[in-house]
Amino acid sequence: MPSIVKPLVTHPSLVRNNLGLTIRDYEGSMSTLCAGCGHDSITAAIIRALWELSTPPHMLAKLSGIGCSSKTPTYFVGGAHGFNSAHGRMPAIATGANAANRQLTYLGVSGDGDSLSIGIGHLCHAIRRNLNMLYVIENNGVYGLTKGQFSASSDVGSKSKKGEANKMAPIDPIQLALTLGATFVARSFSGDKAQLVPILKAGLAHRGFAIVDVISPCVTFNDHEGSTKSYKHTRGKHHVATESDFVPFANEIVGEIGPVGATTIQMHDGSSLRFTKVPEGYDVTDRMAAIDYLRTHQGEVVTGVLFAEEGVPEMHEMNNTPAEPLATLPFSKLCPGSSALEALMADFR
Amino acid sequence: MNPSDTGNPAYYHKVVDCQWACPAHTNVPEYIRLIAQGRYGDAYMLNRESNVFPAILGRTCDRPCEPACRRGRLPSLAGGPELEKPVAICRLKRVAADHHGDIAERLPKAPAVKNGKRVACIGAGPASLTVANDLMPHGYSVTMFEKFDKPGGLMRTNIPSFRLPEQVLAEETSAILDMGVDIRYNSPVTSLKALLAEDYDAIFVGSGAPRGKDLDLPGRYQADGTSTPNIHIGIDWLGSLAFGHIDKIGENVLIIGVGNTAMDCCRSARRLGGKNVKVMARRPRQFFKASPWELEDAEEEQIDIVINHAPKRFVVEDGKLTGMEFERLEWDAEAKRSTVIDSVILPCDDVILAIGQENAFPWIERDLGIEFGKWDMPVVDKTTHQSTNPRVFFGGDAAWGPNNIIWAVEHGHQAAISIDRHCQSKPVTDRPAWGMNLVSQKMGISEWSYSNDYEKAARQKMKHVDLVERFENLHVEVELGFTADQIAREVQRCLNCDVETAFTAKLCIECDACIDICPVQCLTITPDAPEEQLRTKLSAPAVNKDQALYASSPLPQTSRLMVKDEDVCVHCGLCAERCPTAAWDMQKFQLLISYAGTPTLDGAIQQASVVR
Repeated sequence: MPSIVKPLVTHPSLVRNNLGLTIRDYEGSMSTLCAGCGHDSITAAIIRALWELSTPPHMLAKLSGIGCSSKTPTYFVGGAHGFNSAHGRMPAIATGANAANRQLTYLGVSGDGDSLSIGIGHLCHAIRRNLNMLYVIENNGVYGLTKGQFSASSDVGSKSKKGEANKMAPIDPIQLALTLGATFVARSFSGDKAQLVPILKAGLAHRGFAIVDVISPCVTFNDHEGSTKSYKHTRGKHHVATESDFVPFANEIVGEIGPVGATTIQMHDGSSLRFTKVPEGYDVTDRMAAIDYLRTHQGEVVTGVLFAEEGVPEMHEMNNTPAEPLATLPFSKLCPGSSALEALMADFR
Repeated sequence: MNPSDTGNPAYYHKVVDCQWACPAHTNVPEYIRLIAQGRYGDAYMLNRESNVFPAILGRTCDRPCEPACRRGRLPSLAGGPELEKPVAICRLKRVAADHHGDIAERLPKAPAVKNGKRVACIGAGPASLTVANDLMPHGYSVTMFEKFDKPGGLMRTNIPSFRLPEQVLAEETSAILDMGVDIRYNSPVTSLKALLAEDYDAIFVGSGAPRGKDLDLPGRYQADGTSTPNIHIGIDWLGSLAFGHIDKIGENVLIIGVGNTAMDCCRSARRLGGKNVKVMARRPRQFFKASPWELEDAEEEQIDIVINHAPKRFVVEDGKLTGMEFERLEWDAEAKRSTVIDSVILPCDDVILAIGQENAFPWIERDLGIEFGKWDMPVVDKTTHQSTNPRVFFGGDAAWGPNNIIWAVEHGHQAAISIDRHCQSKPVTDRPAWGMNLVSQKMGISEWSYSNDYEKAARQKMKHVDLVERFENLHVEVELGFTADQIAREVQRCLNCDVETAFTAKLCIECDACIDICPVQCLTITPDAPEEQLRTKLSAPAVNKDQALYASSPLPQTSRLMVKDEDVCVHCGLCAERCPTAAWDMQKFQLLISYAGTPTLDGAIQQASVVR
């Protein structure tokens, strides 16, 4: 943990976003993670994405479970709502919070242990409900907080710090999400913010469940030779499948002709996700194509927005729930009284 | 872009803005840290190495370091478009001098056995005194010729004692003269030819720019060619004041000119009985030559600064000065062209002309092998200070015209190197190299041996003696020095720019931790490109292009470069703190400056010797 407080002083030409806030206004407390942790880079990318989107800090709810990754919401947007849940229960808490107030922006941060071991059931159901949130998995393939055991995302043959090879097959959160019907699926790398920031922005703009699996090397327990989640290995096997940019609603695109295969996905809020490069014959709206693509590129770290579908109803739309937060609903609506209960009960008789 | 050559001392030196801007390259951050530790004597001695007169300069320096101070490029934490004020470097120097304690044992001494070489210095001002300071400890016999009966040169005659008390001046000039300089007072040199005949091994001309400029307008001279009474030349008038020849002036005084001499004149006039003192300037305020702080001090003493007035004539009635006529001007935006609006007569009892100084060498014969060039100035080599007569060296205002004290000191250092080499029959053009030391400041996990918190305090304002008291006596020093509280705050405002961010490319794993944590966004990892292009790819725009862009050699994993814009780095050390591989380290830079007679640094410590 650094002994130095980050000075409040800023660069003299610091830019302000639409809300008049600087990127420094989206910071949180000083990170207590190991120096060089990929999670800190993801935190920086989240800060940049939220600042660029001009998300009002008080309209953001950040949620997490347990683990190194789950500590990180403390390190961004100090002015937001936050909930640090029990291990693996973040999707459940997020579902409850979202059900009560759909006006907030929900951002969950989890790790491979929190999401793929103890919390995998909750994750599955959040996907199933198409909960409107951005779900970031900070994936380092190791249990860092308990000193370096293999996690559920460790690749077969990946070596621990002591040299022992992992034997059990990994769970790939991307393939899991694709098969469960997730509506926005992407992978990125903590060491590539140029790719990560636009993906996070698109994920935040997406209506429904956006899952972003971010390879995030653990410098202390999983950044050695033989590890398949190290900075070096990830850079060596990095395969950018699709290149895309997030275009906010306000920016008009004038007469720009994209390269072959370029597509644009219109987001519900008017912004768009513009693909500048997709492989020949790859359709980012075709779930099976994405699964096929991953299968044919096994052993590589395939990144980019791999699948996106904007038209699927999210949880509130499926359930026809009110638009306003429960907290602001008049009591008479929230609790319509015994006569309404009588009427309801009468239906069942 | 080629990797930055951090093995060259100039690279890191330039990052230390104050030290780079200082003509004498005083190690400012180090002396400020010494003050912070209460080591005033050490701070004083460190200052003295390079600037020789810490107590004098701590009151009178032109402070080229302060406008350069990095803190002045940072936004104020109070918000708004304001920038931070620079660290009060100059007044902290005075703090070191005020509290240095007994340093007698630590001052340089001359050896009992001389080296047989004799050097003559003309004038006993800062340049000559520095030459003596540098040469005496090496066994030179220095003879100094001074036209007045006290040492100090323009520091004595031009700076009033309410800014620079007599005893402060005396202490620091004595420290040099007491080494055994053969000082000859009341001995103006009237013929260089005669002096050259006296068999000195070298002669240093440090006679200053002693002639104040005149203003030849109608009414300046009487019919018989003598000066109209009550019109004074500024520097001569200040000199008369310094030697006690005058003690009063009329109630209504006009000062012509708006440089620092004008400020000393107007403030002196207030103390001698001037009630209505006006400083008359031709141009608008932003084009003034006076330092802003000197203008503020004058205005605090109820001096009127009148802009856009060009002198036209002296109004003389019956041989008596009664006023002065000015043309009122209107200037264009750059104050290049003016138009006359009308003219006004301002009544006055005295006029002081403070419109500049000139060199005058009537005592240098023109057949001595000393070539004179433009404006009848001697031809002097910019590096060696040697004239075309190899035995004669120039420095201070005598070399290239009026400049400030700290430049005179640096001239003295450089001339001393040349004189030393000349006397030892070595080529004066071979200058001793400068070296550097780089020492890691890491003490342990999360422990650094310097205070790297960002002090939020605003620049401390030095307390002044109240107006009534300061006008009672000409010699009351106006500035009271910093209080203990003020010292404690002001020292922490220094950013320690000499604790450098040193980068080892081969250790970097490109995790971005340094980039993410940097509070001023000065780091970027980006593909190689020419410098101009790299400047467009930075995390934050490069505002001040005078500062270097650091570029590493290609990084091991992606061959991209680590690029650092040195402009607004606050040297907080967070990059090094958050670096998992110690590719970034905070290393204290010490510039090893060569002076006359110091062993050459060639082949010695030229580069960081960091053992990994």
